[in-house]
Amino acid sequence: MTTVSLTVNGQSVTADVDPRTLLVQFLRDNLRLTGTHVGCDTSQCGACVVHLNGQAVKSCTVLAVQADAGTVTTIEGLSQGGDLHPMQAAFREHHGLQCGYCTPGMIMSAVDIVNRKGHSLDEETIRAELEGNLCRCTGYHNIVKAVAAGAQAMGQTPLPQAAE
Amino acid sequence: MSATGIGAPVRRKEDQRFVTGQGRYVDDFNRPGQAYAYFLRSPHAHAAIRSIDVSQAKAMPGVLAVFTGDDLAADRIGGLICGWMIHSKDGTPMKAGPHPALAQGKVRYVGDHVAVVIAETLAQAKDAAEAIAVDYDVLPAVVDTAQATKASVQVHDVSPDNTVFNWHLGNKDETDAAFARAKHVTKIDLINNRLVPNPIEPRAALGEYDPGTDNYTLYTTSQNPHVARLVLSAFIGVAPEHKLRVIAPDVGGGFGSKIFIYAEETVCVWAAKKVKRPVKWTSDRSEAFLSDAHGRDHVTHAEMATDENGKIIGLKVHTIANLGAYLSTFSSSVPTYLYAPLLSGQYDIPAIYCEVDGVYTNTAPVDAYRGAGRPEATFVIERLVEKTARELGQDPAEFRRKNYITQFPHATPVIMTYDTGDYAASLDKALELADYRNFQARKQDSARRGKLRGIGFSSYIEACGIAPSQAVGSLGAGVGLWESAEVRVNPTGSVEVLTGSHSHGQGHETTFAQLVSDRLGIPIDQVSIVHGDTDKVQFGMGTYGSRSGAVGMSAIAKALDKVIAKGKKVAAHVLEASEGDVEFKDGRFGIAGTDRSLAFGEVALQAYIAHKFSGQELEPGLKEGAFYDPTNFTFPAGVHICEVEIDPETGVAKIERWTAVDDFGVIINPMIVEGQVHGGIAQGVGQALLEGAVYDQNGQLVTASFNDYCMPRAIDLPSFQVGMTVTPCPSNPLGIKGCGEAGAIAAPPAVINAITDALGHEDIAMPATPQAIWRAAQKARMPMAAE
Repeated sequence: MTTVSLTVNGQSVTADVDPRTLLVQFLRDNLRLTGTHVGCDTSQCGACVVHLNGQAVKSCTVLAVQADAGTVTTIEGLSQGGDLHPMQAAFREHHGLQCGYCTPGMIMSAVDIVNRKGHSLDEETIRAELEGNLCRCTGYHNIVKAVAAGAQAMGQTPLPQAAE
Repeated sequence: MSATGIGAPVRRKEDQRFVTGQGRYVDDFNRPGQAYAYFLRSPHAHAAIRSIDVSQAKAMPGVLAVFTGDDLAADRIGGLICGWMIHSKDGTPMKAGPHPALAQGKVRYVGDHVAVVIAETLAQAKDAAEAIAVDYDVLPAVVDTAQATKASVQVHDVSPDNTVFNWHLGNKDETDAAFARAKHVTKIDLINNRLVPNPIEPRAALGEYDPGTDNYTLYTTSQNPHVARLVLSAFIGVAPEHKLRVIAPDVGGGFGSKIFIYAEETVCVWAAKKVKRPVKWTSDRSEAFLSDAHGRDHVTHAEMATDENGKIIGLKVHTIANLGAYLSTFSSSVPTYLYAPLLSGQYDIPAIYCEVDGVYTNTAPVDAYRGAGRPEATFVIERLVEKTARELGQDPAEFRRKNYITQFPHATPVIMTYDTGDYAASLDKALELADYRNFQARKQDSARRGKLRGIGFSSYIEACGIAPSQAVGSLGAGVGLWESAEVRVNPTGSVEVLTGSHSHGQGHETTFAQLVSDRLGIPIDQVSIVHGDTDKVQFGMGTYGSRSGAVGMSAIAKALDKVIAKGKKVAAHVLEASEGDVEFKDGRFGIAGTDRSLAFGEVALQAYIAHKFSGQELEPGLKEGAFYDPTNFTFPAGVHICEVEIDPETGVAKIERWTAVDDFGVIINPMIVEGQVHGGIAQGVGQALLEGAVYDQNGQLVTASFNDYCMPRAIDLPSFQVGMTVTPCPSNPLGIKGCGEAGAIAAPPAVINAITDALGHEDIAMPATPQAIWRAAQKARMPMAAE
C-alpha cells in the first residue's frame, strides 16, 4: 500500500491505496465521489474527466499516486454553495444531456476548453475540442449549444471561487 | 398552454442531479459487506468444454466462491429465455437451443460465460479467474450471416443447419402476379451492418439476499425492471416473484440493450444467497462489446416492381437475419414482426411478400437496438425507392410523392393499418427547409471545388406505441404490452405518479409531470414521478419501442381521469351539492353556475380527513390506478434529407445539411422531442458512416473497444435542422405517436442515398468509411481501372 495525500474539491484527503489504484477508483471507491463515471477501458469516452492541478485529465488514465500532492476538482466540486456553475446551468438550459452519464465528464471538459480557448467559441472549435468525450444520447447538437452558451456565461458571470 | 403544461419546452427536473454529479447509477450503489463478481468468458467462438478445474482459483486470496454451470444446474436455475415464439412457414416452432447463464458443455461465442469468481475485491476476482483451468476442444466456428445455413458447423443440436426459423409474411401469389405484369423491376442487395449499442453506462448488477426475510434485491441497469423480475422468477427460477425486488435506478442510456435479461444479473442475485454477501458486477467496456446484445445484421435481396405510370405495384424481400449464438429475450420478434410489417413504408403498395431466415452463428446474441427491425425495413424500402426513381429517371422526391398513401385508415398487405398521417405535408416542409430548389447550384459549386455533392431522402414510417396486447399475443408474444400507472394524491395536494415506464435519458420526470400539471392544474414542482422499483410500482412493461409517451402516459391520463372523478365526489360532499353539478376546471372543483369552488389541494385534504362523508357513501383517500392497453400501434412518420459533400481524393464524406421533418402527433415537450431526434439521427449516421461490428473468420470480435469500433463524435456530425408536422394519433387519449427511434430509423438510407447520389452509382455498403467511399469514387471515375 502507498499513502497518497491530495486536495479534492477543496478538502485535504489522505489514504493508503494499492499502488495500481486509478484516480477514478480512488475518487469513486475511497471518497464515494460517484459523479465521476467510468464508460470505457481505453481512455476514449471521457466520462471520467476531472481537473488535476487545473487541467482536464481522464481519471481512468492517471494513477492515484500520480495525483499525490495535487489538487483535484470533480463535478461535485465545480459549483460552490447552491448555485450551478455557468457551464452546468448551460447544459440544463440547452438540454445538453439526456441520460446524464457522460455529463460530468462533458462539463469538466467544457470548462477546460473555455479555460484554454476563451469565452467566444465557434461550433467547429467546440466540436473538435470535444474529441475526447463520447455521448450516445444527444447527437452532440445541444451539447455544442450548451458549451457555447456556458463559455459566454463564464465570461460574464463573476465565477464562484473555484476549488482549484 | 401554461408554462409547464403540454407543449411547453420545460427544462428538465432531473437535470439538477445529473449536472452536479448526484445521479445514482447502479455502480454508484454499494452495500455493506459487498463482494465482487468477475466472469470468466470464453476466448473461443465455438468449443466443447472437456473440463473446468476451479480448485486453484478457489484457493486464491480473497476468493469466496467459484461457480460454473453445474452449480446453477444443481440449484435448478433455468436458462435464459426468448419471449416471442415465431413459427416457420411450415408451421413448425422456431428452433430454440438451450441458453444456460453459465455454459454447460459448450461455449458458442467469444465472451460466452464459463464461470464466475466471487471475491472480496474485483482485482482478486480477476486474478482468480486467470487460475481457472478450462480444457477446451476448440471447434470450427460459423460467423458469416449469409453462409450460416451452408456451413458444416452446427451451433445448436436442435438445428442441424443453423436455421432458427424460415418465416414469411404477405401474399406470394399476388406479389408474383404483380411482378409478372410490371413494366420495370428494380433489384438491390443490401447488408444491414451489425452494431454494438454502447450506452455510455455499461451494464451492472448488484444482488443482495436477506436471510431474515428470505427477500432478494437486485439493482440492475434495466429498461424494464418488472419484466426482469418476472423472467428471473417465473422462468429462470432464481427467486419467487414476491420475494424479489428489482431496482433500476438512474440508468445511463439503453437503446434496447438493457431490455434483455442477461446471464450476469441472474448469477449475481443467485450468488448473493450462496455466498451470503451482496454481490456486485459492473461490466467493463470490453465485456460490453463481447456480451451486450448486438443489433441489426441482415443480408437482404429485394426487388420493387413498378407499372408504366411509375406506380409501385409490388415488393419482394428475402432477408437472412443473424440472431447470434443464442436467442436473446426478444430477438425473434425483431427481424420478423418488427421488420416485415414496415416494408410498405409510406407507400401504397398493393402486393408485398417477405421471407426471413433467422440463423444461428458463433457470435454474440442479436436483439433489439434503437428502432429494432424498423431501421432495417426502412433501409430496404428507402434504398429501393431511391434506386427505382433513379432508374426511371424521376426526381426522388416526386417519385415518393406519387406513391404516398393519402387515404386513411390504410391497410397495408403486411398486417398494419396506418391510422393517420400527411406524408406530403412533411415532404413539402422538408424540401423547403432543405432548400431543395437550389441544390443543383450547390452541387455545381462543389464540383468547381473538385468535390462531389449528393442529396438523399428518407421517407420513413415506424410502428410504435408497442403494443396492443391482443395483437402481439396473436403474433407470438409471451407478454401483453400495456402499461400501468398509479396516481397518489397526498393530503397536502402534492402528487406522486408511479409508472411502469422507465426513464434512462428520455426525461419522464419532466414530461410525465407536465401531463399531471396540465390535467390537475397544479404546479409542476408539486409532482413527483416514481419509476424503476418493483417494490414501489406494482407492475409495468417498461420503456422501449417509443412506447412511454403513447402507452405509459396514456395510462397516467386514464388514472388522472379517475382521480378527477373521485375528486368530484369529494367536492360534492364538501360543497353539499349534487355530484353531477361539480365541474373541474383550471385546478378547481366548482359548482356550475355559482362562485362556490374548492382548489384541488383542498379537495385532496378533504378526501383524507373524510369529515364530510361517511365511509359507507364514499371511501376516504385519493389514489387511483389504471392499466392502459393500446388499440393500435402508432405510426410516426417523416422525411429526412441528408446533403453530403465528398472529397474524392480522401473519401471523406461531410454532412453539410441535415433536415428532419417528423410527425409525432401531439408533443408534450418540444425541447425533449427534438433532443430525441438529434440522438437518433446520430446513431443512424453512426451506422451509415462509422460503426460496424466485425468478427474475423474464427469468431474473434476485432472491433471490441472504442479504439476499434468507431463511435460518432461531435466532429463527425452537423447541427440538425428539425421541423415538425402534426397529425394527432387517433388511437390514444393524448394523440401521441412517439419519437424515440425516428432518427435512427430515418437516417441510414438518407445518408447512403446522398452518397450514392454524389458518386453516381449504387455500389457502397455501410459503414461508408472514407476508405470505402474513396474506392467507390475511384471506381466511378475510372470503371476499368478499379476492376
